[in-house]
Amino acid sequence: MIKKIATLHSFKEWILTFILLGIALVLLPLLNLLVPEESVLHVPDYIFSLLGKYLCYALVALAVDLIWGYTGILSLGHGVFFSMGGYAMGMYLMRSIGKEGVYKSDLPDFMVFLDWKELPWYWYGFDYFAFTLLVILILPGLFAFTFGYFAFRSRIKGVYFAIITQAMTYALMLLFFRNNTGFGGNNGLTDFKRILGYSLQEPSTKLSLYIITIIVLFLSYLLSRYVVRSKLGRILTAIRDAESRVMFSGYNTLHYKLFVWTLSAFLCGIAGALYVPQVGIINPSEMQPSNSIEMAIWVAVGGRGTLSGALIGAGLVNGAKSWFTVAAPEYWLYFLGTLFIVLTLFFPKGLVGFFSRFFSKDKMREPS
Amino acid sequence: MDSPGAHIKDDSIDATHGCILYIEGLTVSFDGFKALNDLNLYIDDGELRCIIGPNGAGKTTMMDVITGKTRPDHGTVFFGQNHDLTKMTEYEISHTGIGRKFQKPTVFLNHTVFENLELALHAKKDVWQSLTRSLVGEQRDTIEEGLETIGLKEQKNLRSALLSHGQKQWLEIGMLLVQNPRLLLIDEPVAGMTHQETERTAELLKSLAGKHSVVVVEHEMDFIRSIANRVTVLHEGHVLAEGKMEEVQNDPKVIEVYLGS
Repeated sequence: MIKKIATLHSFKEWILTFILLGIALVLLPLLNLLVPEESVLHVPDYIFSLLGKYLCYALVALAVDLIWGYTGILSLGHGVFFSMGGYAMGMYLMRSIGKEGVYKSDLPDFMVFLDWKELPWYWYGFDYFAFTLLVILILPGLFAFTFGYFAFRSRIKGVYFAIITQAMTYALMLLFFRNNTGFGGNNGLTDFKRILGYSLQEPSTKLSLYIITIIVLFLSYLLSRYVVRSKLGRILTAIRDAESRVMFSGYNTLHYKLFVWTLSAFLCGIAGALYVPQVGIINPSEMQPSNSIEMAIWVAVGGRGTLSGALIGAGLVNGAKSWFTVAAPEYWLYFLGTLFIVLTLFFPKGLVGFFSRFFSKDKMREPS
Repeated sequence: MDSPGAHIKDDSIDATHGCILYIEGLTVSFDGFKALNDLNLYIDDGELRCIIGPNGAGKTTMMDVITGKTRPDHGTVFFGQNHDLTKMTEYEISHTGIGRKFQKPTVFLNHTVFENLELALHAKKDVWQSLTRSLVGEQRDTIEEGLETIGLKEQKNLRSALLSHGQKQWLEIGMLLVQNPRLLLIDEPVAGMTHQETERTAELLKSLAGKHSVVVVEHEMDFIRSIANRVTVLHEGHVLAEGKMEEVQNDPKVIEVYLGS
């Protein structure tokens, strides 16, 4: 087992991985805890929520890269899976508020506001973390599996598939916007107080969530890396490059596409669940079509079909977004649009593809 | 070429009457146009058969039906006496032992030559196996053997996008071989090849007959003359003539269709 994991990276790549992990897991927390606040080296508390958010986006990018970069299936609806994980976690956090809401009721505030007398049946169980965890791990994947089964069985692909995923996320957004749906309408779920009994305002809780996110991201990365380096991974790229040849070679491509599609949704759901306690809110705007498109842009910026590119792309674009929305908010969308056009024109293989041409002797595997 | 599990496949095809493929009364129409019109064709076990015909004669449509890509309006296609191909999917047909080479060379451009053969190799092809298994020695041997047969041993670690057109055609034939099929369907194997490459391909195909049944669709008359025992001429979706190359060439009906070419 350990041997198998060790072969996922070259020696150099492992060193780099551990340096990055060391910085993220040890150095930053130490600089926060041990260095006095007036020092330049001090890392302020808010950094961890911010980084935690980026790491969740990175996990989403990883998921999108599996389905788009490696298998060539462009999904513009991953916001749905992200939101499913997010809402599940949000429901648990709502139930954890107890009677400390504005209305001092046992029901979530928005239900009191709507004059609801009892909890809808689909909220049952979210008082328990174990149940919530189960929903987070199963629901997005199950939903994706069902959706994917019908889409892939009908051999819907390319642009048509992308469009129906957009329609899917748009439809669900409209559904969640309705107050009657029972998920807080356009305000969504917010005002969370604690998770597993720990206050979400405490720096230590924030730090812990950040560390958990890193560990989950690292494990997801290893899993993805294992998948793409297995024979299955080669079949996925083969499906991307020449699907009919794969079928005539005796593979049922439906099963392969369903597998990676479901895995991708699974990872995306986990990302959503980790995102919500760190950001403090989940609302239907996460299911805006433009959000899901942005997810694809992260991967395109970093480089499709490279995994590491997805992580880098998510980090860079969101870093730029954070900076822009403070410095020049009205220009952010122009910048993003320009970035996307310039990239597709001049760096079709993304940043990783561009740089590895100079630095790497590895044979390239990016889409041609 | 023997690969693991070959015997299982051979047992399941009933070719006791000497025939490997039975096409009977096959009709396929697209928007009223009959691409195949009551086609009857029989391929003997171990035979090398060439199929010729002008453009639109239905050659590629016929291959599409045999491999499950297109469903016929009428008629039956039996592989051996016991497999009704019109009711099977592409990958099931591939598993019963039919391999197909496309008109345009279709290989996995971002994979190495070796990986291309690895993916095509006759093996269990479900998701779990692909995720957890790696190649065993015997399978490596089969791939090496395949590389030898198609003459790409030196290019084995080359990304196949970097191969020449002819080499891609051979690689695709090699991918069929490691699938160890009973029947190979080969669509225009020498299109765009140099003279030398064409000769090598002819030798390759001739060496396959006997062990496999081979059906070649081709336009290039010299090439057909150099490999074929029997030739079938298709015209407007049905068989116009069938027989030895010389007989077919002198058939007035064939001459008329080809306008003396």
